[in-house]
Amino acid sequence: MLASGILGLSAESLSNIVIGGAGAIVTKSVGLKPRKGYANPTVVQTSYGLINAMGLPNPGITEFVKVIHEAKSFGVPVIVSVYGFSAEEYGTVAKKAVDAGADAVELNVSCPHVEETGSEIGQNPKILAEVVRKVKAVMEKPVFVKLSSNVTNIAEIVEAAAKAGADALTAINTVKAMAIDTETTVPILNNKTGGLSGPAIKPIAIRCVYEIYERVKVPIIGCGGITNWRDAVEFLLAGATAVQIGTAIALKGPSVFKKVTRGIDAYLRRKSFKSVNEIVGLSHCS
Amino acid sequence: MKLWAYHIAANKLRTTHILSVETESPTVKIFTFKDKQCARAKPGQFLMLWIPSIDEIPLSILNAKENGIVSVAVKKVGEATGAFHEKSVGELVGVRGPFGNSFTLKGGRILMVSGGTGTAPILFLAERLASKTAKLVFVTGAKTREELLFMKRLKRILSGEKTQLIAATEDGSYGIKGLATKPLERLLERERFDMIYTCGPEQMMRKVFDLAEKYGVALEASLERLMRCAIGLCGSCVIGRYRVCKDGPVFTAKQLSDVKSEFGISKRNFNGRKIPL
Repeated sequence: MLASGILGLSAESLSNIVIGGAGAIVTKSVGLKPRKGYANPTVVQTSYGLINAMGLPNPGITEFVKVIHEAKSFGVPVIVSVYGFSAEEYGTVAKKAVDAGADAVELNVSCPHVEETGSEIGQNPKILAEVVRKVKAVMEKPVFVKLSSNVTNIAEIVEAAAKAGADALTAINTVKAMAIDTETTVPILNNKTGGLSGPAIKPIAIRCVYEIYERVKVPIIGCGGITNWRDAVEFLLAGATAVQIGTAIALKGPSVFKKVTRGIDAYLRRKSFKSVNEIVGLSHCS
Repeated sequence: MKLWAYHIAANKLRTTHILSVETESPTVKIFTFKDKQCARAKPGQFLMLWIPSIDEIPLSILNAKENGIVSVAVKKVGEATGAFHEKSVGELVGVRGPFGNSFTLKGGRILMVSGGTGTAPILFLAERLASKTAKLVFVTGAKTREELLFMKRLKRILSGEKTQLIAATEDGSYGIKGLATKPLERLLERERFDMIYTCGPEQMMRKVFDLAEKYGVALEASLERLMRCAIGLCGSCVIGRYRVCKDGPVFTAKQLSDVKSEFGISKRNFNGRKIPL
């Protein structure tokens, strides 16, 4: 499925992703009110990934319901990524998203570059549990919790999320990062720090998925640096039941989804597995 | 993996010293700097220019030479471009790019229509194309005589027999009084063109597009939108199903007819909402 944050603000762009072969789409994060995001530079290209600090630009949920309505006609599940500055706000936005037709919501409790939301919530098990409970209380659809790797002990966080009723855990969001230009000696990003995505973070994400799988029984959605089928299979072996792709679209285009799924199929045939379920968490048996 | 690393790394931000600053009009300055990658740019491509600690803005490439010298034209419109205008020779700026596609280099009978700083990529194209055309008519427009850009260079390229330069100013201080689109209908009625290339204010380009459709002439137009990542990921610059940074900035008439409800009508603001142009 499409990872949140990539091309997820317009229905037409989401439709391109579905044509590219995504089995589900996750929208860009939406909040209660419109947000402009940060000034440029909002992206730094590094050797093995991207650092971004967009600052959660979005038109607000009231305007965004139009996109949800339209995206519903594409024939794949529509998952709306939600952020808020309080449990109350997460609940309100999630309810509006589901009322507009969202098949599930993914709570962004892991954005590393906006204060008082995102990772500031996902790093605190108590607040995280409160947010999950609030959202679960106001709507019926599945609630995914997108986690940050910027925590001392991810096990503690996932147990809190699971206990509060999370239906799935997405691991991981971007990793807090920074780049400084040596000639001008100043930080490049307007926000100074941002989130690193792409191949650079894949080993961190794999480790997180592996640890989460050992700890809780909640389904895991792997995310972080997947660019080909082999990366995706690695996540499945670590314990993910689904995977998300984002940054790789910059290089491979939306058809990366088709290439990855075909590659997984070929791998399963070659290794004589009957179903993808047989390899989920398989690395834990060794 | 190797390919991936190469592509991302190849386009890393690099800093370079400003080599020259020229005043082109009361609001437009031309900056040159050295950048090997952008020097390979084709007409229509753009770069992201970083003004350290201030902002990063998309700019059409005005010229790219084999010796690595690249130039851009910058109109003072806001905080970032204002800060850029304060920069002088020797100061550092950052560059990413070149990004996006480019104009096709079509010979035959060519009509070019430009407005304001949109003249920059069209001039770049004209310089590359002039020797290959059977006929080249260049229509350029601005608010006033002082804001007509690159007239000297245009006159130099368009001095041959099979060329024509038509200038229009809104206040009538030079050339035809009115918008750049004013002389087009008559031109298209009288002459057959194989291709129209255009860049400028989007309402102007929409008018050119409508005329091209009416007279059955092929067209390519270079669009501008809010740009953030410039590599086709963030979705800030989308028009219909196209990403201006990656699928554009140059679009054919056929592509533009897919996005008729937005082209020349609306754009997306910082929070992603569609607003009137």
